[in-house]
Amino acid sequence: MTLQLDAPRLVKTRPLVTVRNVSKCYGDVVALNDVSASVYPGEVLGIVGESGSGKSTLLRMMNLEETPDRGSYTLDLPDVQGNLFDLDRFARRMLCATKIGIVYQNPHLGLLMKHSSSGNVAERLLVAGERSFATLRQKAKVALEASEFPLERLDAPPIELSGGMQQRVQLAKAIALEPALLLLDEPTTGLDVSVQAMVLDTLKHLQQERAITMVIVSHDLGVIRTMADRVMVMRRGEVVEQGLADQTFQDPQHAYTQQLVHAKL
Amino acid sequence: MSLSTLTKPWEAMNYGFLDASAKRELRRKMLKAVAVPGCQMPYASREVPMARGWGTGGLQVSLTLINPQTRVKVIDQGADDSVNAASIRRFLARVSGAPTTMDTLEADLIQSRHRVPEEIMREDQVLVLQVPNPEPLRPVQPNMSIARQMHADADYGRMWLQLYEQILRSGRVMQGASYPSLVNGRHVMTPSPIPRWDVPKLNMAKHLTILSAGREKRIHAVPPFTRVEPLVFDDVPYRVEDHGGLTCIRSGATGFFMNEIPQEDGTSAYEISDSEFGVKTIRAAEGEDIRFGDTWYKDGEMPQ
Repeated sequence: MTLQLDAPRLVKTRPLVTVRNVSKCYGDVVALNDVSASVYPGEVLGIVGESGSGKSTLLRMMNLEETPDRGSYTLDLPDVQGNLFDLDRFARRMLCATKIGIVYQNPHLGLLMKHSSSGNVAERLLVAGERSFATLRQKAKVALEASEFPLERLDAPPIELSGGMQQRVQLAKAIALEPALLLLDEPTTGLDVSVQAMVLDTLKHLQQERAITMVIVSHDLGVIRTMADRVMVMRRGEVVEQGLADQTFQDPQHAYTQQLVHAKL
Repeated sequence: MSLSTLTKPWEAMNYGFLDASAKRELRRKMLKAVAVPGCQMPYASREVPMARGWGTGGLQVSLTLINPQTRVKVIDQGADDSVNAASIRRFLARVSGAPTTMDTLEADLIQSRHRVPEEIMREDQVLVLQVPNPEPLRPVQPNMSIARQMHADADYGRMWLQLYEQILRSGRVMQGASYPSLVNGRHVMTPSPIPRWDVPKLNMAKHLTILSAGREKRIHAVPPFTRVEPLVFDDVPYRVEDHGGLTCIRSGATGFFMNEIPQEDGTSAYEISDSEFGVKTIRAAEGEDIRFGDTWYKDGEMPQ
């Protein structure tokens, strides 16, 4: 009798996001050197590294804001095919609007500061072609509620809101179309510790409820430790170490990771 | 053969005021504009003996299109007899020898500021609209380079956002004139500051509309039988001004776009905005045999 074993999940499931051999130079500066990464459905990938290690560049590429010198990027979704870096402007914009959500560190990058908060969320839906006022309003409300935004401030412009609230509006905007992939670029940097904890709490909730695939970039190991399942440590445009978050932080192998974990403790 | 036989005799100015190269450029840009409905084409706006912002764009198009047989009508806010309209009409006639008219039915070329005539225009007529600000994205994107990219990408989310915010704040769309409209399902244009009342007239119209901004140096066009759809939400219908039930105090005409005239007792009287249509109504009432054209609005309603 032979023992029938199921193949492990990570062998059966194909990664949602696959980035292969991406390189990017800005003049003489190497921002990314032959970086590969994959993210599985429902998984949270954390990317840590010092300033200038290329983690934000990688995230911008995942949001199709930049194209690399070499490399490919695929999303394993039924209606998305081929290397996404080869898409034309129009297809790229539609894909970004409907399949990928992003939260920036600086809310000025992601929000229209003088328009209402609900309008900011509605804009995402408008780009995707929603043309009913009542539906727009309803969906904006649902998205803001999901990101635990106080609904009595629904129509306040983000410029009047606190930093934490602004991040919640960005988050609502990012999840309004239920994207397959949510990118978070230092989402809690610049917030005070208690607000940071609350925003992380919201993110954690969202992740559990909707099982959104997330990529979170941070220099703060605490944030990565709370959020990420798997972690990727970057330095000078290269991945120096990757593995399960707990394992990596408990037992760092690479000298730089050891230094990083040490500096935290 | 001598040089004098090859050249034209000296004249004080060119036919139709503009020099040949200016006209050629305008013709080429008009053709481009017609080829891509609603897309703004840049052109080198020439000097005309009029201040920028007073209809120089429209005037240059008229001067290019005109010939001695073209019958010209010029209107300013619907009126043929305002100073601006009268001077432009006289100037056009003087530099081209073209006959003028006030009747929409007789005109071949109608240069207009901010109105479309009430009588339906035909295939052989051209409407030239003067445009102060051709860029519909300017209120939402002050950077013109980015606005052009947004046009190229058909990225009009912010236009819609503007309408969303207006409904949110005031319960209705506050845009009174130059209502942003989607032309041929592709480009959003500003139809020059014509009232909301006039925008449906451009949809699938038989005539060619050319919109030209002299100060901003942009030309765009709505070719005949082209869709012009005002941007509206599915559940917030497009509304024209509530002028359907108003009656003109001078001509007695009902169901057309009116000018409001405040009265001393605080009330308002209304006078038909398309002045020649009012004049025709008065003369018909006095027993003259007047030919009326079919009007776009019937009993104050635009038939679907």
